[in-house]
Amino acid sequence: MAAIPNEDIVKAIGDKFADAVTVIGEPYGLLTVESGREQIIDLLTFLKTDPSFKFTFLTDITGIHYPEQEKQIGVIYHLHSLTTNTRIRIKVFLADGDVHIPTATVLWEGANWMERETYDFFGVIFDGHPDLRRILNVDDMTAFPMRKEFPLEDPNRVDKKDFYFGR
Amino acid sequence: MSDIQLVDAPAGVEGAGFFATSLDKVIGIARSNSLWPLPFATSCCGIEFMATMASHYDLSRFGAERLSFSPRQADLLMVMGTIAKKMAPVLRQVYLQMAEPRWVMAVGACASSGGIFDTYSVLQGIDEVIPVDVYVPGCPPRPEAIIDGFMNIQELVKTESLRRRNEPKYQELLAKYGIQ
Amino acid sequence: MQNHPVYTDNDPQSELSTLNLGPTHPATHGVFQNVLQLDGERIVSGVSTIGYIHRAFEKIAEHRPFYQITPLTDRLNYCSSPINNMGWHMTVEKLLNIQTPKRVDYLRVIVMELARIADHIVCNGVLGVDTGAFTGFLYMMEQREAIYEIYEEVCGSRLTTNIGRIGGFERNFNSRAFDKLRAFLKSFPKTLKEFEGLFNRNRIFVDRTRDVAAVTAETALSYSWTGPLLRAAGVDYDVRAMNPYSSYEDFEFEVPVGDNGDVYSRFLVRNEEMWQSLRIIEQALVKLDKEPGDIFHADVPEFYLPPKEEVYNNMEALIYHFKIVMGEIPTPTTEVYHSVEGTNGELGFYLVNDGGRSPYRLHFRRPSFINYQMYAPMSRGMLLSDAIINMSSLNVIAGELDA
Ligand code: SF4
Repeated sequence: MAAIPNEDIVKAIGDKFADAVTVIGEPYGLLTVESGREQIIDLLTFLKTDPSFKFTFLTDITGIHYPEQEKQIGVIYHLHSLTTNTRIRIKVFLADGDVHIPTATVLWEGANWMERETYDFFGVIFDGHPDLRRILNVDDMTAFPMRKEFPLEDPNRVDKKDFYFGR
Repeated sequence: MSDIQLVDAPAGVEGAGFFATSLDKVIGIARSNSLWPLPFATSCCGIEFMATMASHYDLSRFGAERLSFSPRQADLLMVMGTIAKKMAPVLRQVYLQMAEPRWVMAVGACASSGGIFDTYSVLQGIDEVIPVDVYVPGCPPRPEAIIDGFMNIQELVKTESLRRRNEPKYQELLAKYGIQ
Repeated sequence: MQNHPVYTDNDPQSELSTLNLGPTHPATHGVFQNVLQLDGERIVSGVSTIGYIHRAFEKIAEHRPFYQITPLTDRLNYCSSPINNMGWHMTVEKLLNIQTPKRVDYLRVIVMELARIADHIVCNGVLGVDTGAFTGFLYMMEQREAIYEIYEEVCGSRLTTNIGRIGGFERNFNSRAFDKLRAFLKSFPKTLKEFEGLFNRNRIFVDRTRDVAAVTAETALSYSWTGPLLRAAGVDYDVRAMNPYSSYEDFEFEVPVGDNGDVYSRFLVRNEEMWQSLRIIEQALVKLDKEPGDIFHADVPEFYLPPKEEVYNNMEALIYHFKIVMGEIPTPTTEVYHSVEGTNGELGFYLVNDGGRSPYRLHFRRPSFINYQMYAPMSRGMLLSDAIINMSSLNVIAGELDA
């Protein structure tokens, strides 16, 4: 089946969700929409089950942090329709201090670890997730390392003094 | 005739029907040619170790084909790959479980110094948690380099005094790492 | 298998034992920890812990210019680094709208397919070792050395290749590389045939692997599986065929699929993929003859790091070198997702750029990470020894798993 034109998807989403879902653009042909966290599961369910789209494959879930924005933390979903070879990207932005979003594990089993990773890196809390623990970092870590304010290098290092490097 | 080479006999006094040398030397030779390595392979360097063990480079030529996956029976801990902070206690545990005499080889930039991963999650060199005898540089070291590091270990083993492990200096070193 | 009674932990009748498999268990080829509840030899439940070599790639990438991220991608799936390298280069090229010449594409295809073979050699060889047959592994490793020697001719290193640049290759392939490649194309089919002869109809091997860890297509898709694992379950999703990159559309190859997603069909799929890779490389060699022999990079001086000799001897090259290294060339502020068919599945790069010299955010869609999450759930009800084989046929690479 041929790829679905992005306009069709935009129209169908507009019919169903009105202004709750906005189109951001289509960089390199990949349709990108933004949604609120209230609609996100409905939107994902719609895209997954709609017989003409069938975005049945969850490619990825990840996060992003924009410290200057009012809603700092973003959660980004990539979906893929294997039957029509179309992709779509969905973004949800959350205000810091209230980083709750419903879990997508109700739709895809595979969302489990992707969400755990996003939690581990950005501190996004996926409500209803069966087992939301840190996954890559040590359990007793308190910070969320992929946030921009977190330093790359270990701040407790003792062997990297500036004078060793002539600074 | 095959061209198998045997180890040279150590220096000693020879006469009709007897050969005298020191126990240190004999044991050193025996140990160094039958090291049982424990491959602690975590990442990329472990793949080069795989090549070192396999048909082409064949570490068994040095008497080390018997990999010991149990720390209790191993002589040589070969740490190959990145050791993250999450892994450090495990590494230390494995080291503690090994019986004396034990040697440690840090293979690759990561195990020696953290390598290119100067990050919050990676241990900056395994010598922060356990003492190391030989460092092998490279990212990853070529199998030849790993073999060279191994031969350096053999040299250490051969020339080491049997009592070295009771010396105050050695005990001090272990105490620095909090190991009794 | 499924009819076995399952005890829970608080069941007074239960006599379950807990087994801590890993993180340094030899049978797991890497640092994977699974805490298993066993009823005799059967696994009742399991919990995987990962992150033992978490190296913070994504954080490092935010602090490095584009061309310095290539060495990081090497260390994702280190059994097939060139695929990661090229995937990253193609992502940046897509971001910058760089068109690579056909010859570059074909050379890339050759290197990527060699990498696929090298990775499958390790995976299938080790699967043999885990079922008790060491010989096949040794036969195949000899051929992997041959592949590494080709890499060495092309880029100078064996494992962490750091092959290529943004826009192409750092130098042209020399004639020895092609000689070695031709020699490999001659000798590898013999070894692979022999290897298949050792295993494909071997009674012990088939009994150990057939119907072990079978996965239906629906489950595999719901867990976002890709690559040989998904294809073994019968879904013919291959990024090379569906979204061709690097001129894969010019090649003829088949996407092998298995029937029931068990360990045996994964093994067969991987073997068949090696045959297809050989086919692709042979076609690429023929196509290369028709291309001008001295082109090995796109003509994009603003982004292609010039060769060192030229930097020292040529004013223009020096300027571009300086500009690239200092990050003075503007890049578009946008985002791009690009994926290639890694040896374990869809290897995706999600790059958010803010116009600077390094990515604002770079996320790797790592197939090993996503494939491995099914391991603990699917081990339920399995024999412990089957779970070990299952692990090695998932081909989880620790570097890619933990990033
Ligand atoms: S030294 Fe290099 S090759 Fe070895 S584990 Fe570290 S990154 Fe990998």
